[in-house]
Amino acid sequence: MRRLILATFLFAAGLADAADTVPTSAPVDVPDTMAERVKPCVACHGLEDRVGRDAYYPRIAGKPKGYLFNQLRSFRDGLRYYRPMTLLLANMTDQYLLEMAAYFSELKQPFPPPERMAASPAQIKLARQLIHQGDPARQIPACVQCHGNELMGTAPFIPGLLGLPRIYMIAQFGAWQNGGLIRGQTADCMSEIAKRLTTEETNAVAAWLAAQPVPENSGPAITLPVEMARRCGSIVQSATVQ
Amino acid sequence: MKRRIAVVIALLVGLAGLAAMGTSFTLIGAPPPGKTANAPKTIFTKQSLSRGAYLARAGNCMGCHTAQSGPAYAGGRSLSTPFGTFITTNITPDKETGIGHWSEEDFWKALHEGKSRDGRPLYPAFPYTEYTKITREDSDSIFAHLQTLAPVAQRNPPSQIKFPYNYQLLLSVWRAIYFKPGVYQPEPGKSAEWNRGAYLVQGLGHCNACHAERNLLGATAGDDDALGGGQIMGSNWYAPSLTSRVEAGFTHWRIDEIIQLLTTGVSPQATTSGPMAQVVMESLQHLTKEDARAMAVYLQSLPESNSLAVMNGPAMTEQVQAWFRQGATIYEKHCQDCHGVSGQGAPGVYPPLAGNRSVTMTPPINAIRSVLNGGYPPSTTGNPRPYGMPPFAQTLHDGEVALVLSYIRNAWGNHASLVTTAQVDKSREGITLK
Repeated sequence: MRRLILATFLFAAGLADAADTVPTSAPVDVPDTMAERVKPCVACHGLEDRVGRDAYYPRIAGKPKGYLFNQLRSFRDGLRYYRPMTLLLANMTDQYLLEMAAYFSELKQPFPPPERMAASPAQIKLARQLIHQGDPARQIPACVQCHGNELMGTAPFIPGLLGLPRIYMIAQFGAWQNGGLIRGQTADCMSEIAKRLTTEETNAVAAWLAAQPVPENSGPAITLPVEMARRCGSIVQSATVQ
Repeated sequence: MKRRIAVVIALLVGLAGLAAMGTSFTLIGAPPPGKTANAPKTIFTKQSLSRGAYLARAGNCMGCHTAQSGPAYAGGRSLSTPFGTFITTNITPDKETGIGHWSEEDFWKALHEGKSRDGRPLYPAFPYTEYTKITREDSDSIFAHLQTLAPVAQRNPPSQIKFPYNYQLLLSVWRAIYFKPGVYQPEPGKSAEWNRGAYLVQGLGHCNACHAERNLLGATAGDDDALGGGQIMGSNWYAPSLTSRVEAGFTHWRIDEIIQLLTTGVSPQATTSGPMAQVVMESLQHLTKEDARAMAVYLQSLPESNSLAVMNGPAMTEQVQAWFRQGATIYEKHCQDCHGVSGQGAPGVYPPLAGNRSVTMTPPINAIRSVLNGGYPPSTTGNPRPYGMPPFAQTLHDGEVALVLSYIRNAWGNHASLVTTAQVDKSREGITLK
């Protein structure tokens, strides 16, 4: 018995000793790169499709630089409201955020395969109609007008719409409709358009977009039509680095 | 101290009684009849203006007097406290909504005596308990600078102060007990540099507004326990003690590393985060070399509050060892890449966890926050492109966060209490949800 107690004691002491070891290892070698610096972003916006418990994390690789910069700045300043992003980006300069935006805009990443079409033939027809023609009677422009003929966005401020999860897009439509996506910057643009769309329409558009394959070797369009540039002027103007 | 609390309680009871009898307190809190002296506007020199701009930075007036993404100095930021929600005021020179009508005398009274232009006592959410140490000359310079800002017409909602704190008599009583106006008096035996540092730390920098425990009536510890650390009101951050060797005391630090931490946000031994990162970003990085050094010299000289303190880990029961093994597995998977196999980190880039006091200090709330929310140190002139920590709120469950933190707090020579799932859960409130 005494031996057992002694053994237990020695074992515990050994463990305690191990825990007391003073670190002698050399400092971790940290590459002086942007890839290393944006590790916190990649935790959610990584290569793999990630679905967290509270949100869907959209891909950010290859999105237009100005768009990404606008989002980063809006998150930091609480204009686009998602608290985890606001907390992560507190106390960052515009300059550094712009550098991050540039990094991700140039990052090439394979797209996930398209989702299975979650829409009826009638819904598909509705989606196509809105995407390519819009509804002029209700002042709803076609999606392609701003987001490009290939729906891959328009540099530098308009994001692409392909390769995104359906659920994420539905959530974004909801946020635009509630005026909560980007506060103070929505008076003349996407918020207005989203508010004119019915739930039926947004669901159809999201389902159709998520089921489209991403065209190979494609990228954002270069210029925005004059009319849309005027209509969405606030986005363009607000994107200068302070 | 106990007696003081007893006195306060007695006063509170008395006040409640008076209130019940329907006595009106308005007379006492009312602005004095007549107008405040309309002192002729001083002509400010260019020198005093740029000095004022510098001092306003050093005092970080903007930090509180600016709402998130709102115009600078136009107020509107809310500070939630157990006494109610305070909304900061517009201090741009707008005549209607700001302090355009104020004289430098009015401004001095606010800073030095904690009284508004109309004579009403101010709540100590405005740190006049510290600002009272500011010299008249500095006060005038800051005022001169504020008067040169572009006026912003922004009317902020009034503060929502809870009963019974909304009674101004109570505030007057509070002031009688806890507030002693007085400009900083240099200590004759100390160097000019040390005294400058003390002036900045105790007065303009108002470090004690956060780095001290507040009692039930919101008063910070007096001179004896100044900078002793405390949870920041209305936030889930703990401002560590600047006098304790087991928290953030600087006694054993090199002066240049203290300066580095204050002005760049990172140092080999520590990294600023949360509210302190904001203070570095908005205020401290703009200090002159001399002022930063003065602060460092003063902070390093502070007597240790508990020089014998040692960290106590849990008893190594079998259960605890099993937890540590689980924690170690989580550590290897999620933390080790950056913080190293033995918690050595990459000093100045990824903070070492071995021997890191913000990891081991008794309240674990900052460490929990860091794991849940991640974050970057401030992007400053001295460290413009900081490396950051990913948030884990989305990946790890509360129990896993508790396990990995308990392990880190007891590995590589660290000894600290275990972190519980409940503590993590409490920290998570309002973080993952919108």
